[in-house]
Amino acid sequence: MAFEPVLLARVAKLNSGKLEGYRADGGYAVFEKVLKDKQPLEVTTQVKDSGLRGRGGAGFPTGLKWTFLPKDHPGPIYLCINADESEPCTYNNRILMEKDPHQVLEGIMLSSYAIRSQCAYYYIRYEYGDAYRSTQAAIDECYAAGLLGKNILGSGFNLDIYMHRGAGAYICGEETGLIESLEGKRAWPRIKPPFPAIEGAFRKPTIVNNVETMACVTQILRRGNDWFKSLGVPPDPKNPRDAGSYGPKLYTIAGHVNEPKCVELPMGITVRDLVEKHGGGVWKGRKAKSVNPGGLSMGFADCNLPLKGEDGKTEYDIPLDFNGPGKIGCLGLGTAAITVIDDQTSMVDVLHNVCQFFSHESCGQCTPCREGTGWMLKITDRLRRGQGRREDLDVLVDVADRIGIMPGTTICGLADGAGWPVKTAIRKFRREFEDAIQSGAKSVHSKSLQLVGAH
Amino acid sequence: MPTVYVNDKPVEIGAEKLNCVQVAAKAGVEVPHYCYHPALSVVASCRMCLIEMGELKDGKVTMQPKVFPGCQTPVKDGTVIVTGDYAKRKGETALPYDPAYKPGDRTKKAQADTLEGLLLNHPLDCPVCDKAGECKLQDYSYEFGHGESRLMDAKNRPANKPELSSKITLFTDRCILCTRCVRFTREISGTSELQVVGRGHHEEIDVFPGFPLENKLSGNVVDLCPVGALGSKDFLYTQRVWYLKTTDNVCAGCSTGCSIHTDANKDIVYRLRPRENLENQGHFMCDEGRWGYHYTNAPDRITRPLTRIDGALKPTDWQSLSKLKETFEQAVFVSAKKSVAVLSPFLTVEEAYRLGAAFKSMHREIRLVLGPVPLTGVDDHYPKDVKGNAVAPTKFTIRAEKCPNRTGVESVLKKLQGEVISFADIAKLTLDAIWFAGGYPNPDVVDAAIPDDWAAPKLLIVQDLFHSKLTRAATTVLPATTAFEKDGTFVNHAGYVQSFHRSVKAPLEVRSELQLAFDLAGKKGLATVAAVRKDFAKELPQYASLAEIALNTNGRLTLATV
Repeated sequence: MAFEPVLLARVAKLNSGKLEGYRADGGYAVFEKVLKDKQPLEVTTQVKDSGLRGRGGAGFPTGLKWTFLPKDHPGPIYLCINADESEPCTYNNRILMEKDPHQVLEGIMLSSYAIRSQCAYYYIRYEYGDAYRSTQAAIDECYAAGLLGKNILGSGFNLDIYMHRGAGAYICGEETGLIESLEGKRAWPRIKPPFPAIEGAFRKPTIVNNVETMACVTQILRRGNDWFKSLGVPPDPKNPRDAGSYGPKLYTIAGHVNEPKCVELPMGITVRDLVEKHGGGVWKGRKAKSVNPGGLSMGFADCNLPLKGEDGKTEYDIPLDFNGPGKIGCLGLGTAAITVIDDQTSMVDVLHNVCQFFSHESCGQCTPCREGTGWMLKITDRLRRGQGRREDLDVLVDVADRIGIMPGTTICGLADGAGWPVKTAIRKFRREFEDAIQSGAKSVHSKSLQLVGAH
Repeated sequence: MPTVYVNDKPVEIGAEKLNCVQVAAKAGVEVPHYCYHPALSVVASCRMCLIEMGELKDGKVTMQPKVFPGCQTPVKDGTVIVTGDYAKRKGETALPYDPAYKPGDRTKKAQADTLEGLLLNHPLDCPVCDKAGECKLQDYSYEFGHGESRLMDAKNRPANKPELSSKITLFTDRCILCTRCVRFTREISGTSELQVVGRGHHEEIDVFPGFPLENKLSGNVVDLCPVGALGSKDFLYTQRVWYLKTTDNVCAGCSTGCSIHTDANKDIVYRLRPRENLENQGHFMCDEGRWGYHYTNAPDRITRPLTRIDGALKPTDWQSLSKLKETFEQAVFVSAKKSVAVLSPFLTVEEAYRLGAAFKSMHREIRLVLGPVPLTGVDDHYPKDVKGNAVAPTKFTIRAEKCPNRTGVESVLKKLQGEVISFADIAKLTLDAIWFAGGYPNPDVVDAAIPDDWAAPKLLIVQDLFHSKLTRAATTVLPATTAFEKDGTFVNHAGYVQSFHRSVKAPLEVRSELQLAFDLAGKKGLATVAAVRKDFAKELPQYASLAEIALNTNGRLTLATV
């Protein structure tokens, strides 16, 4: 049975962003009902029991995060919506914000009600002009309709949503970096603890959630936990720390495919299915050499590397749930943005491009990341120019291994994300790198790719 | 009692809230660090203070599988800290670690890696860098770093920024982005001139265009800089630091009396630096004090005695002044009520006491007067807000009273004559004889205190650093010493007593005030502060503890409050 999209059900409709249309499809009915019949704690419990995990990248259980807020806090408590979707090749939030902003807004209203927040900040990256305008228009509609503001629908619940546009920095997607930027400071991630739930924006308890998570909250409240749990992958019984990967997920397919697009599927589809069935296969009749299973920072999979103990399967066949990519040495599911690299593309060029991105986006606060990302860029640039040495590969792996929050040498996870693609690429494609060094061949691209962004 | 283990050594922490760096210091273990500074907020970004951490519970040690920044990680009862220096520990029995765990290895590697990163784009221009010799990057690289760099590529070479401030220059390429200077301008001075611009490895310290680093505490960023990035233009390229002799001293610039280090070579003062003293000013000092030492090396300073011959002051020597004491005694004997001895607030307690006692022994009725007290504006409190208003809590104060020892001299005057007579009171009078013991670094202060219609007495003996209205009317001018050239004691505005030792020798023909006082009192031999302290300890009990101080070693200080 084909899966019917839920989160994306309305995006193809005419005027999908308008309140009228959203109402006609049953929108805000749940919010009105919740305001009338449910206590905030009931909403939190329902979201917690649904097994919803954050869609922003780390996959932290959303309801559990909400329970970290201090009990009986006099307020204010803030909700920050992380719409700083900067991971390369990721655009699932953008579709929701541009085409169905009310679905996200309803999620924000429900979540704010659950965590007793009266103020939500919608932090959107600068580059998303259309998304900003459509979301702002939707917010204006809600104010006009009495769905936002003081004493909403006579319930006594107040909520204001403010849009805040970033200035074009990847690091603003890190939750404490986002909070710093929101406060008007340089987006240098904060030291944790204290976590934002205890001390966040303006030193008040703050919850930071992703746009897609908000859309999921709307659907969970509308359709119930049984529906949500009927999709996806249950917890691995062998792994007591696995919380399962339930629900629908927006996957974006990018790179060397025939039909790059964003599709909604239940969690757990394999990379091969996603690319071949939904992405129209690898372009120009070529084969996939490598894929990123979830945004650049998750690292690379080698599509020809057989999986141990599973006959005929390769890393191309890993399931895209919260655990799948981890089994092949990738960092995780991340943003579920698949980038396909075909067999005609040099991994040296790919890696150089990756290093260029992270070197440009490192906020520069912690020494290992600031210097490490810059160094890796210099080395990969030299490799690309045909002046590499064998030792360079060891240096790259060494640097990539030692930077990040996992070894404990940085404040935030950007450095892990910068190191992961480097070490997975070199470990999995070492032969290709060595051949490139041996032959001294220069890259076919004489210039580095130009970074495109707000600045 | 809550106990923390640092490299297996138990340290009792009591109820204190400490981080790992502080606890390690208690255990006598140094955790290297750059961005951490006790007076500034913690950012934990340099990643030099990394440590391994675990917990001792039920006789078992569980270590976390990663490293932690020591500056940011608080400790509690049972915390186990392992630093990179674990192998150097002495005589402690090892805690029951997991046999597979190698204490200190992870930290050692992480610290070496951090240093490799810091040195990647560092120009390694130590031979021309003023910081060389007292540079934390040098010290830690030597102690914890790799011997060689693995960087094959060109280094980033950002341009230097000498226009950052009129007093301070930035060698951008040497900077390690610890952001201490940025945090100082935000948290202590409150003026927020400095900021970080750019991203990643192209990050730099900078100011907003048109808003240079100009505040009254700006010089502190030079001390805070752990490397040679921020340089004081005053000190730039003057001395290699290993030639400098450092003495503990007290700043004579205002009545805060900041504890300082004086750096001198061959009896020339080159640099002043604040000395951490939490009981007094804290960690910092103001620019006025820091760069205000030049008077001691000034070419127009009075460096030998002068006497009036045929209406003009002529250089003379001390032998020909052997009758000076007699002349003054004579004048006092003739009219004690019209004789005055002025003791300036730049004198030390010892000098004021010995001079005052000498004059009083000449005649009971001679008046001892407190010299002009320089006052400029009002007390200046920091940090400031954007409008320049001071905000609480105050972290630093520059006092309006620009002299170090009014309180001390007044305490002596009260003892010797029961009251303090101000200079303004006697400036109006017609007098026969004045002995003016000055030592004013700024002669304008003296000039301002002299009325326009002032009639000079017949006998005017002036001991001072620079020429003023007084010296121009004087019968005899004697050279004075600066605070760098003598042992002594200052008492600050709050009654806080600090003793200090001589940093440099006075110029050859300068006789110290204390020696002069000894001569005036007819005492034989060389004057020493120790002898004076023994004398006045009986009479001025608040200074009794000073008598115990042996000042024959550099920088030994015992502190008390009046």
